[in-house]
Amino acid sequence: MAETAPAPYVGRALKRVEDPRLIKGIGTYTDDLRLPGMLHAAILRSPHAHARVVRINVSAAQSITGVVSVLTGAEVNEHCGAVPCVADIADLRAPRHTVLAGDRVYFVGHPVAVVVATDPYVARDGAEAIDVEYDPLPAVANPEEALKDGSPLTHPDLGTNLAYTHTLTGGDVDEAFRRADRVIKQRIVHQRLTPMPIEPRGVVASYHVGEGTLTVWSSTQIPHLVRTLLPGMIKIAENKLRIVAPEVGGGFGAKLNLYPEEALCGHLAMRLGAPVKWVESRRENAASTIHGRDQIGDYEVAVRHDGTILGLKARTIADLGSYLQLLTPAIPTLTGLVLTGCYRIPAIRLDVLGVYTNKMSTDAYRGAGRPEATYLIERLMDIVAREVGVDRIEIRLKHFPEPTEFPFHTASDLKYDSGNYQGALSKARQLANWEALMTERAAARAAGRLLGVGVSTYVEICAMGPSKAMPAGGWEWGCVRIEMSGKVTVITGATPHGQGQETSFAQIVADRLGVPIEDIVVLHGDTNVAHYGRDTYGSRATAVGGSALVMCIDKIVAKAKRLAAHLLEAPLDRVTFANGRFSTAGNDRRLSWTEMASEAFVAKNLPAEFEPGLEASSFFEPENFTFPFGAHIAVVEIDRDTGLVHIKKYVAVDDCGPQINPLLVEGQVQGGIAHSIGQALFEQTVYDENGQLLTGEFMDYAIPRAGDIPEYILGSTVTPSPSNPLGIKGVGEAGTIGATPAIANAVIDALEPLGIKHLDLPLTPERIWRAMQRHAVEAV
Amino acid sequence: MYPASFEYFRPSTIDEAVALLAQHGDDAKVLAGGHSLIPAMKLRLARPKVIIDIGRVANLNYIRDADGQIAIGAMTPHGEIEASAWLRERCPLLAETASHIGDVQVRNRGTIGGSLAHADPAADWPAAILALDAELEIAGPRGRRTVGAGKFFVDLLETTIRPDEILCEIRVRPTPRSVAYEKTEQKASGFALAGVAVVIPERDGAVCVAVTGVAAKPYRATAVERALAGHRILASDIIAAAAAHAADASDALGDIHASPEYRAHLAQVNTRRALTRAVARR
Repeated sequence: MAETAPAPYVGRALKRVEDPRLIKGIGTYTDDLRLPGMLHAAILRSPHAHARVVRINVSAAQSITGVVSVLTGAEVNEHCGAVPCVADIADLRAPRHTVLAGDRVYFVGHPVAVVVATDPYVARDGAEAIDVEYDPLPAVANPEEALKDGSPLTHPDLGTNLAYTHTLTGGDVDEAFRRADRVIKQRIVHQRLTPMPIEPRGVVASYHVGEGTLTVWSSTQIPHLVRTLLPGMIKIAENKLRIVAPEVGGGFGAKLNLYPEEALCGHLAMRLGAPVKWVESRRENAASTIHGRDQIGDYEVAVRHDGTILGLKARTIADLGSYLQLLTPAIPTLTGLVLTGCYRIPAIRLDVLGVYTNKMSTDAYRGAGRPEATYLIERLMDIVAREVGVDRIEIRLKHFPEPTEFPFHTASDLKYDSGNYQGALSKARQLANWEALMTERAAARAAGRLLGVGVSTYVEICAMGPSKAMPAGGWEWGCVRIEMSGKVTVITGATPHGQGQETSFAQIVADRLGVPIEDIVVLHGDTNVAHYGRDTYGSRATAVGGSALVMCIDKIVAKAKRLAAHLLEAPLDRVTFANGRFSTAGNDRRLSWTEMASEAFVAKNLPAEFEPGLEASSFFEPENFTFPFGAHIAVVEIDRDTGLVHIKKYVAVDDCGPQINPLLVEGQVQGGIAHSIGQALFEQTVYDENGQLLTGEFMDYAIPRAGDIPEYILGSTVTPSPSNPLGIKGVGEAGTIGATPAIANAVIDALEPLGIKHLDLPLTPERIWRAMQRHAVEAV
Repeated sequence: MYPASFEYFRPSTIDEAVALLAQHGDDAKVLAGGHSLIPAMKLRLARPKVIIDIGRVANLNYIRDADGQIAIGAMTPHGEIEASAWLRERCPLLAETASHIGDVQVRNRGTIGGSLAHADPAADWPAAILALDAELEIAGPRGRRTVGAGKFFVDLLETTIRPDEILCEIRVRPTPRSVAYEKTEQKASGFALAGVAVVIPERDGAVCVAVTGVAAKPYRATAVERALAGHRILASDIIAAAAAHAADASDALGDIHASPEYRAHLAQVNTRRALTRAVARR
């Protein structure tokens, strides 16, 4: 009798199994850890952007009751290797990045000394009691200034502020510009942004003297990469080091890094023989956790009169800050890879100048390179359309590859896996009610109102990635175990930190094993549990990590079929597996996973040469990146009096391939768009010309709040990727990539009647008001 | 995040609190709702040796009639002022202003007296207090004294409250419904880049306009008030012309959030909008 298959879990908008514990406040974040005898560290940081450290007097700090140890770079750095950068950039000039400052400090927030004490108050008292004599030196905070002769040098021993020049070329750029009817130029600036996860960083390190093992709990996206890299810094073998990422309250790339404090706490725990906790304050987070973006680009587009784009040239100055963190110099080079966006642009040249300044390092921030590229190309498409007098939808459609042309090779030598850009744009226009919007805009303009409609389409790079394109492996590892009771334990090396894979991975496994989702537990984030892993960034966890689980399940089912054949006394090729049951024709016995697991564990009646247990682990190596895409439309109205932008309508159509859990997809898109609203309208990290950080608190750094978020109209198209067995493309960064240009284009569209052609981000009310004033004067 | 250590007192009467202040002098800080002092202490920008927590002082949290005036205890949270139907009937400007402060949590903890005594130049209350010409009652070792709102604010973070005194009560006269508070928020903090409170009397009497956030000290926009004087009907052109003077006498502040010119411009815009809205409520 055929059993009807239960409704699949995949594709259902299930609520997250993670949420109850997080909502109730009973999750365990790093700062929730309390170990017996635990000490607390506080770090004294430089108040100067650039100074010579003349002397450090720690005696007052040491004399405070409860202070256990006060250490400076002189005592720590010989025991800790340099903070690593794994970016592969030719001819890179790099300073040695010690854990604590040596005889110079290079940015506000640079760690100078650490105090370890019996409680965090005393530790802070101790840090305050350290007397440091600084000899302030000239600092440089502006990367363009930093490139000029005579500029103060961030690292005088390098002799230059230029870290590297990276050139990316594809196609015949010179020929494209020779053939062009005109060349359209635009300078576009990306402001610096602070990721500001709600949970700042934190580390607890504990050394087991007897075992010689070190455990480091860190609020990180990448426990496995930390375990790979930390042994090179502090003297401990990789197999004696365990890294745990407990609950992580937001990363956004800021926790895709190896920070001095992780090495420092590990070293202190070993040195002092006691557990040590350090938790970042908000001010430390703003000053000493990586920043994002901060690029100044001069762009040239070679176009024909009919709007055909022949080529693109750019020179980008990327502000790296003072040190190279894990991927710092690589991030601006990613911009070039996807700079041609969704478009057939046959020739491209991008020169990136990586520049040191006396500021915090920049590195991967949600989207890392793709938001930059998308914002640039989408602004440029609008600018070109306006200059040559072509409709902005038409110019986009004109340059899209046809859906049948995939895999599509770009001038930057990427192979876009699959796509239907026309479909996404068409759906977005339909959801936005495009024709009615155009009528509404015309009426508003006639009435003197500043109503604007902005479009952006995007393609991005996800599922990172093939190992050949990554610094240290692009595979992902997983393990599936049927426990003796029939319950299922899933272990993933991808380290979700809010993305919800405890739920979505359980959905994938439940369907494929045919078990109730309640029987599945997904473990992650502990290198002693998930033995291998490459963690979560670049929207890779589901596409790459989920595919590893599919491989595991295939192996387990194949193995279990052998056991079933034995138990059912049937030939292997007559055993079928469906809906969680193994059976064979002509035998009523149908074996469940519980029965199978019991037999496999008790191991009294196994086929010959059959290993006990039902467990499999797998590495999945993707053959290519995936390339999610979409189209976003924003409608804004600008207050003529104040310049304040109000988002009236927001439509997003994202194609991330098949959706495991549409609720999680929507959550990612919603959060991503919120990030974009921040970047487009108000977020910016500000240093003054002397390198003093002026946005070190939520009082001065604006993040999006609920009231800033419009009601979204969300849609999707589904174009599977051929690069993994699930067909998944990834969605973690889509909103951040698609939305900033849509909003910016809408604002500029609203200002078009005033003759305003471009404004840089963030589009604050004052910036818009000033532009309106300027253009009002010019109009007179 | 970890303040320096301090001694903590929790008096139960104002007299006790005043005595503690007299005893500890400049070393002491009065803690009300804690929404300005505690963040400053956590950053160790403020490090008082002594904290006198007046949170348990009896009879400092009230909204009541006082011989025809409205009396509000200094420890009344913003949220209670926002929610009081009785107050909304008699002095709607206070409820409207309260609704602009921070978020719900801030309004549930922060107090009107704490905010006024702190005298942040971008706080919301000063505009309302000036426009309503409130009286502020201050307790000290020599007994109680009353100060008019116009004399209360001295400079940035500085009021007429002496180190040995505590603000106890705020008193205002009832107003008609023709009032308004218009504010442009500093995007990060929610404080005012320019907040303008307007009170238009029922028949005769002068229009009061007060501005916060724009200068180091909140001020009455006397040039606007003069421009409106004598106009029985406040038509839009009269309002617009008057509002243009909203920042005349002010030395507007500039920072990363707004330049002096933009703050001055916002003062004008919000003055026009507040006047227009108040007139419409007449």
